[in-house]
Amino acid sequence: MKVIMTTWLGVLLLLASSLAQADLTIEITRGSDRATPIAVVPFSADGESLPEDVAQIISDNLERSGYFAPLPRDAMYDRPSSGDEVRYGQWRALDVRYLVVGHVSRASDGYSIRYELMDVSGQRRMLGENVSAGGNELRAGAHYVSDQIFEAVTGIRGAFSTRIAYVTAQGTDQDMQFALYVADADGHNSQQVLSSREPILSPAWSPDGRKLAYVSFETERPAIYVQEVGTGQRAQIASFDGINGAPAWSPDGRRLAMTLSKDGQPDIYVMDVSSRNLERITNNSSIDTEPAWAPDGRSLIFTSDRSGGPQIYRHTLGSGQNERLTFTGNYNARGRLSPDGETLFMVHRSNNGFQVARQDLGSGRLVVLSESRWDESPSVAPNGTMVIFATQQGNNGVLGAVSADGRASYRLPSASGDVREPAWSPFLN
Amino acid sequence: MHFKSYARTLAIAVSLAVVAGCTSTGGSRDGTMDDGRANGGVGTGTAGAGQVSGTGTNGVSADRAGQQADGRIPEVRTIYFDFDRDTIRSEFESVLVAHARYLRSNGNARVVLQGHTDERGTREYNMALGERRANSVKRFLEVQGVSPSQLEVVSYGEERLAVRGNSEDAHAQNRRVMFAY
Repeated sequence: MKVIMTTWLGVLLLLASSLAQADLTIEITRGSDRATPIAVVPFSADGESLPEDVAQIISDNLERSGYFAPLPRDAMYDRPSSGDEVRYGQWRALDVRYLVVGHVSRASDGYSIRYELMDVSGQRRMLGENVSAGGNELRAGAHYVSDQIFEAVTGIRGAFSTRIAYVTAQGTDQDMQFALYVADADGHNSQQVLSSREPILSPAWSPDGRKLAYVSFETERPAIYVQEVGTGQRAQIASFDGINGAPAWSPDGRRLAMTLSKDGQPDIYVMDVSSRNLERITNNSSIDTEPAWAPDGRSLIFTSDRSGGPQIYRHTLGSGQNERLTFTGNYNARGRLSPDGETLFMVHRSNNGFQVARQDLGSGRLVVLSESRWDESPSVAPNGTMVIFATQQGNNGVLGAVSADGRASYRLPSASGDVREPAWSPFLN
Repeated sequence: MHFKSYARTLAIAVSLAVVAGCTSTGGSRDGTMDDGRANGGVGTGTAGAGQVSGTGTNGVSADRAGQQADGRIPEVRTIYFDFDRDTIRSEFESVLVAHARYLRSNGNARVVLQGHTDERGTREYNMALGERRANSVKRFLEVQGVSPSQLEVVSYGEERLAVRGNSEDAHAQNRRVMFAY
């Protein structure tokens, strides 16, 4: 366990520190009515007691996605641990369409996970694999298996082996404590990467998943920093007069779009990360902020109040053309595009407060996805199936997630303080 | 010694100029304001800066009270805004006038105008709204003759709520600009 402490401009940096864990738990709030029935049978383990219940992790992952409805364990009469032992009739009688069986054994340098995915109606094996996991990688192994099963059944790449970044905050006014964390997508294995008495916000993953850009007020002014998640090494890359905010990596990882107000009012700029050269993208007396890149890197979407209230626009790079994208309601902000670029997720104000909404860019139709009154900061999973966002439970900020079709949702409550500003990492493997 | 008395003379001259300045500004901004209110407007008195009361009722008292007042940072250092607005509410003009006087009299003083919003809406958009509020205060002070070099705007958006909770009252207490000297 490595603990590095670096004092840099008065900020305490804690790296890879188990001292600063604040894992999030998961509560499923809504299951999808279209979920596929599956049974993940507890994996046998030669009578050994293992630190993690691999089958339970897989089952929870699949359920959370909204694509699967796992059979409860107490409904399983039979507990096969290999495909050869499966009596299909039993599972058909339980309306199970897919079955996952497996075995975990200790290996010299960790664990060996053997799993098989069975198609119950076709009475055949769809997948079978031996996976080795290091001594503290049993959860990672379970996430990997979840990814394989998810893709084999849905045809969509699984995103269970990804991570999330988020910010925690406690206190009010002059007496506050902020921290930036990264954790597994299921809220486990949290690590504090920065802590400060001054605000931290807008974390953004680089496309290679190795760096985070974020805004920190640690100098009592807002500035944008880029930090290597693995080493903690970091650099201040924008500290102009006024706002330095909303960093967003280009898909090639070479540029950062950001909001700067150094020239009078908040406008969108693009910085070349290596040369630090700036290109001004918008020049408008209104507020222009919250840039996000289209997946093809050819355009940026951003929030602007040029029409009165905040709406989302698209700027096509090189053309200087700005096109308004949102027209439903008088408050649409902080847009994020799906990985295929065809769907816009955003914060939408309705008669019932602020929710996460989805707009199909082809039809223009807007659908509200979340249900509380204070939802914000949507961030899309790299496979486009889920959106994580900030919501409230009681008076506490917590993270919530909803499937892109709105059918399934869950929350990730924290033991203490506000959790906010989630950012879903890209694929990491 | 020599320098001190020169400084005092300068301070008196400046404070007189300030009184004249704020009276005329008060009048031009709000026709219903009479001189008495504009001066007493340094109702900073009522707002807590007791040492300022009486400033400018006549030249002599401005001389003495002004020195006192101009030597101290006005005690009221937070003003509040209406929902979705960056306009200075008339009840807070006197607070800004007192800060303008202090800043003009203390050319080395610098203040950070910290703009804040309530927690409704997205964080980075609120960062921009908080900056608008702080800029609105900055412009007011500049019109009052404060040097731009003494003023800096930092928006905190909704990141440093004064009060937590979703009540209208909490929101109203969060929509503010604070003077940080």
